[in-house]
Amino acid sequence: MPKVLKTQEMERCIGCYSCMQACAREVFKTFSLQYAAIRIKTRGGLQSKMTADICRACSNPPCSESCPFGALTPRRGGGVKFTPSKCNGCESCIQACPIGYIKLNPATGKIIMCLHCGICADYCPHEIIKLVEVKENA
Amino acid sequence: MLNSPFIKVLKIDLTSRRFQIEEREDLIPYLGGVGVAMKLLDEEIDYNQDPLDPCQPIIFAIGALSTIYPVITKTVCAFYSPLTGNLGESYAGGRLAMALLYSGYHAVIIKGRADRPVYITIGSRDVRIKNADPLWGTTVEEAGRYLREKEGKRGVRSILRIGPAGEKMVRFAGINVDTYRHFGRLGAGAVFGSKNLKALVVSGDNYYPIPEPHFKTYRQVYREIYKQVTSTEIMEKYHGLGTPANVLPLNDLKALPTRNLTAGSFEFAEELSGEAFAEETLVRKMACVGCPVGCIHIGQYRTMFDQYSHEYASNALSYDYEPIYALGSFIGTRTKAEFFRLLEKVENYGLDALSTGVLMGWMTEAYQNSLLKEEEIGTSLDFGYTEGYLKVIENLIHSENDLYQTLRLGVEAAASRYGGLDYAMALGRHEMTGYHTGYGAVLGQAVGARHSHLDNAGYAVDQKYSIEDRDQFVDAIFHEEVMRCLLNSLIICLFARNVYTMETIEKAFQAIGRSISKEELSSTSRRILKLKLEIKTKMGFDFRKLRFPRRFFETEYHGGRMDPQIMQDLLNRYIMRVEKLMQE
Repeated sequence: MPKVLKTQEMERCIGCYSCMQACAREVFKTFSLQYAAIRIKTRGGLQSKMTADICRACSNPPCSESCPFGALTPRRGGGVKFTPSKCNGCESCIQACPIGYIKLNPATGKIIMCLHCGICADYCPHEIIKLVEVKENA
Repeated sequence: MLNSPFIKVLKIDLTSRRFQIEEREDLIPYLGGVGVAMKLLDEEIDYNQDPLDPCQPIIFAIGALSTIYPVITKTVCAFYSPLTGNLGESYAGGRLAMALLYSGYHAVIIKGRADRPVYITIGSRDVRIKNADPLWGTTVEEAGRYLREKEGKRGVRSILRIGPAGEKMVRFAGINVDTYRHFGRLGAGAVFGSKNLKALVVSGDNYYPIPEPHFKTYRQVYREIYKQVTSTEIMEKYHGLGTPANVLPLNDLKALPTRNLTAGSFEFAEELSGEAFAEETLVRKMACVGCPVGCIHIGQYRTMFDQYSHEYASNALSYDYEPIYALGSFIGTRTKAEFFRLLEKVENYGLDALSTGVLMGWMTEAYQNSLLKEEEIGTSLDFGYTEGYLKVIENLIHSENDLYQTLRLGVEAAASRYGGLDYAMALGRHEMTGYHTGYGAVLGQAVGARHSHLDNAGYAVDQKYSIEDRDQFVDAIFHEEVMRCLLNSLIICLFARNVYTMETIEKAFQAIGRSISKEELSSTSRRILKLKLEIKTKMGFDFRKLRFPRRFFETEYHGGRMDPQIMQDLLNRYIMRVEKLMQE
């Protein structure tokens, strides 16, 4: 069965950013954690809860529908498969994503997109981030 | 910083409001962190002027491996300490090291004095000095809230600010970093205050690709270190109960300084133990960026402010061993609730909890010995009398009488004027830390470059070595002082010191394509200590003039009573090692 990334019980998050570092390092090959496809933030200062901006793995991804270059194609189980060579940095998907998840990496001129690979989950010390099995798209 | 062939230094002059960026290849041999900060301090300081003169610098620096390996999370702050009149050096975690790394600056120097209250923002592409008139006078928490809402970049920025104590230039005011961490000691907050500088906000988004040839090795070494940190026992202590795990073992050892060190154990230690804090108050743990351990323990406490209608106020504060000792056992505080009330005030005003507690311990005895009068203090004092201490903290900020003007200078200055030096518990003019473990703790703090227990962990030497072999004992302290210059130039959190052995450090460098041998690392750390000691000498420090308050020798530790002559002998042996280093 296909898997997608989920976060649960974010109140356990200690804000160590190991997940962002893992994604930046292993997927995007950069030391800069800002360019990871998962972003940990506070809701309003460190006295508040932590929150994670992740790709929600839509079954009918609006980002994919919006991409005129075909760089984003729907993926089994939800979310999209991203083909960087086809991405032109036009930002259509950025406008289309209803939760504002997608960001552009100005250094590469291409978007930052989650692959649902789970490397971030491997580096979460509190097992908050998980790859969860889901039924295939109807 | 990574493999940069130079150290990028940002210099901010608040008087002229001009900035300067320098790329310094000559600083590379100092690695980064404390090495670079000390070199810059020596260049920028005016040894003939007061520590709070506008011309003096305050410097922040990160290391060559900051943030890119686990638990390399600290930033060093270097300055001319207005408390000791000597070397000022303080460390904080939080998000600052990360923010500086991505802003592109390895070191920041702030000099001069703004003509009105300001705060500084540093980003990858701009540096700005902004008006802080409405922020002047606000607490640490309120200033943090405002800057958070105003400055954006949630998640990848760091916010440093001072409270009213720094503005007032209380000589032991700290700088708060990201709410739960501090450049706590030696008066960095007063230096900000002297510059009319309320806050510093750092953020950045510099893009550093991992060079293809190093990708595999870097990834592998990162993973190895990460595994070691998270799946072995090496750091479990800091994660579990956190540093307050020390309360009960130290109490059993008669090493928990109690009631101004009239005793080494406290009958209410159980109530203030790490176990009790965790069971009754711990609501969450947090981490510095890049540390999967998460040693920051947040405790929640509530106070009823109207018993008829059940009105409660609640607050969450980070607690650690040191504040528990200083605002707890050292002044006889019997309950967690009272401890939290004191800590909340200290945090909001931006005072150093350790110096404040030690000062109040001395005040209590000085009051009991009729050296201080109730009308000057504004309250009576007694160990365990929390209301009195709350009043003192209040007055440290607001009272302008002679007594409080002197108290703001620290315990050494206060006792020098009012008496009671025998029980004014400072070493090198720096208020003592919470370890009455024996000769190592006292000597270590006296000889340490910044007179902190963290300079050389003398308290740990007490537990490892016997005093029988005095040379071995002193060697252990000296060796640790040297070794920590290396850790602090990188700047690895000292909790991870057992993970980052010389071999691991060498491997971590190699994995990103920089070859640096153990011998080089070792000679670098000696060079840095030498530089620190040179700076201290220029500031007027002399090991031979160190004062050991008599109380250390009166109150038993687990090995009985310490002998002042043995202490002097150990000091002499240490001085010989220093002299040898200086001739290298």
